[in-house]
Amino acid sequence: MTIAAIDRAPTEVPTELARGRGGGGPASKRVVVAYGFWIFILSDMVMFSALFAAYAVLRGNTAGGPTGAELFDLHRVFIETICLLLSSYTCGLGALSAERRQPARFFTFAVLTFVLGAAFLFIEVSEFAHMVEKGAGPSRSGFLSAFFTLVGTHGVHVASGLIALIYLTAQVIAKGLQATTLRRLLCWSLFWHALDIVWVGVFTLVYLMGD
Amino acid sequence: MDAPEHLFDDRTPGVEEHEPTASYQSYTVGLGLAILATIASFVVSQTSLLWPPGIPVGLIVLAFAQIGVHLVFFLHLGSGPDSTNNILALAFGVLIVFLVITGSVWIIANLNSNMMPMSMQ
Amino acid sequence: MHFFTNDAGGNQMMYVNLFWAWGHPEVYILILPAFGIFSEVVATFSGKGLFSYRSMVWATLGICVLSFMVWLHHFFTMGAGADVNAFFGIMSSIIAVPTGVKVFNWLFTMFRGRIVFRTPMLFAVGFIVTFVIGGLTGVLLAVPPVDFVVHNSAFLVAHFHNVIIGGVVFGALAGINYWFPKAFGFTLDDRLGKASFWCWLIGFYLAFMPLYQLGLMGMTRRLQHIPDPSWQPLLLVAEAGAIVIFCGILCQLAQLYVSIRTRERRLDLSGDPWNGRTLEWSTSSPPPAYNFAVLPRVETIDAFWYMKRAGRHPAEPAYEAIEVPRNSAAGFITAFFAVVMGFSLIWQIWWLAVLGFLAAATVVLIAGWRIEREHEISAAEVAQMERASEVRHPA
Repeated sequence: MTIAAIDRAPTEVPTELARGRGGGGPASKRVVVAYGFWIFILSDMVMFSALFAAYAVLRGNTAGGPTGAELFDLHRVFIETICLLLSSYTCGLGALSAERRQPARFFTFAVLTFVLGAAFLFIEVSEFAHMVEKGAGPSRSGFLSAFFTLVGTHGVHVASGLIALIYLTAQVIAKGLQATTLRRLLCWSLFWHALDIVWVGVFTLVYLMGD
Repeated sequence: MDAPEHLFDDRTPGVEEHEPTASYQSYTVGLGLAILATIASFVVSQTSLLWPPGIPVGLIVLAFAQIGVHLVFFLHLGSGPDSTNNILALAFGVLIVFLVITGSVWIIANLNSNMMPMSMQ
Repeated sequence: MHFFTNDAGGNQMMYVNLFWAWGHPEVYILILPAFGIFSEVVATFSGKGLFSYRSMVWATLGICVLSFMVWLHHFFTMGAGADVNAFFGIMSSIIAVPTGVKVFNWLFTMFRGRIVFRTPMLFAVGFIVTFVIGGLTGVLLAVPPVDFVVHNSAFLVAHFHNVIIGGVVFGALAGINYWFPKAFGFTLDDRLGKASFWCWLIGFYLAFMPLYQLGLMGMTRRLQHIPDPSWQPLLLVAEAGAIVIFCGILCQLAQLYVSIRTRERRLDLSGDPWNGRTLEWSTSSPPPAYNFAVLPRVETIDAFWYMKRAGRHPAEPAYEAIEVPRNSAAGFITAFFAVVMGFSLIWQIWWLAVLGFLAAATVVLIAGWRIEREHEISAAEVAQMERASEVRHPA
């Protein structure tokens, strides 16, 4: 076969009608929006991977200061883990209620999700305050800098998520449960579940392996 | 999965699609499994139920299992055609996370071991 | 904070590691779009379809994955030891292979084609030669013992300018000359474009080839004086090259000025100034807001090329309403405040960082309140715009 023969008109290719295989037209807005937001979340995970890497490298650099074993209170960690996990659950149930256009149930689950997320944050902030009080703040050692940055960044994400939840709930009150607001709630719940996934990594690698 | 009209709708994405949504049951099963995995992690790390040198591996396995539960039961990452792109993106993301963390740990460990001994400060 | 400090448990080397774990993928982010531009340009100006589209895609995917596995080659000399250096050195050599596949595909595209030497094609040919040389020195640098000799020397400087100018800059300039008519409705002056190309090409070689030699002679980077007078002749050649590149830039500015001045004479009325192969050339220049009045039925690569050969459909199609996004400045304004925040974070101007963040967040919250994000162009409007346009779309 000569190279010239390659440049001939190709035979008609039947367009497959299977979705996602290039045939049948574009996916629905919901699928496309979820995919785009998913890629954003994955990029956020890559940022967390750098923070995890820094923590993994610096975890032993306590510079004569307190270690994880001395500082971590695993009872509180267990409680805040369950709070965040339950908030993921109520988030899912809230998403279901929203899909089924049940505003009252949606608001109930939204409030529950907020309360559980806020409880998580409250426990975490009080843990941080306690550590700073004991002189184990982020500037004490490389280990503590890495700890506060990794866990703190996760906490900032949770706080931002809670603010966004208030904003989106207000938007649902104002504009109702329609396609656009539902898509935004979908993105929010993707974000919230992803935060719980990161927390699984945090409590495993930081707290449980820190002993 | 879609009504036939949608297949020939050439307009920009805006058509509402009706996909089977998750159920209360799937979320509850997911929660149950995740709670089990969490409790198991805490038990494994705090007791000697697991052979001590195997504890880190056990914790990592449990963590991956719980992440899997989250992905399937909460994020509905399934085997349908609408999930294919998401799974491919996830695989790539997992690869990068793995490379950054293990690469950095390996590199820094080697760098540290080649450092000159520190003088008294 | 003690991430990268010398005391209290910091680790400076971790900064270098994390920086280059980002920095290496970044240079592939720079070059892959340029590769894409060249695939379009080479095919169009050779009058032939791109050779082996599939292997191009696989090569690109291979580069995407491999580019995350090589970053240590930026700090071979930091002391990770032979094992680590060997692994990353081998990975860095391997990543040259998919790039080589792409270069051969461009060459095979040109083979037995009917080459038209317009400015974009000149940049493409210049790219092939220049980028290959830069890539070869890159494979040299991938060998740790070689890198130990020339790390942070002028040799390294010559290498990365070689690939960035030969690859990214030439790609950008090819793309600008190629798609300018589509975006703005009139072509750029080709003579000044060619003049700018020759200045860039000759200027680049004059400016950077001496640096390879200088690196081998021991000249390091980041000098504020010249410690060895024997370097002076080569440095003067490099300076001449810089001046020639500057002339190239002047030619480009002149090209833009002249083209705008004479734009009435160089209007792109057909929408297809280069006898293109791909669908963007089937629209008017510039295209209407909806791009395509009727979504084309695409059954092959280079769909427009085969549509042209099959002949245009005479009858007017039945137009439908088209949904397009509304214009919004929100993204631009948010990005502006994000830059303010980023800048303030770097220089630790905390009050400005907070302000920048709050401003960006406010814009996002305001824009996020909108429900109507699209508007519909009615079928009648589409029909009117299509009839007013002088370009007819093949069915």
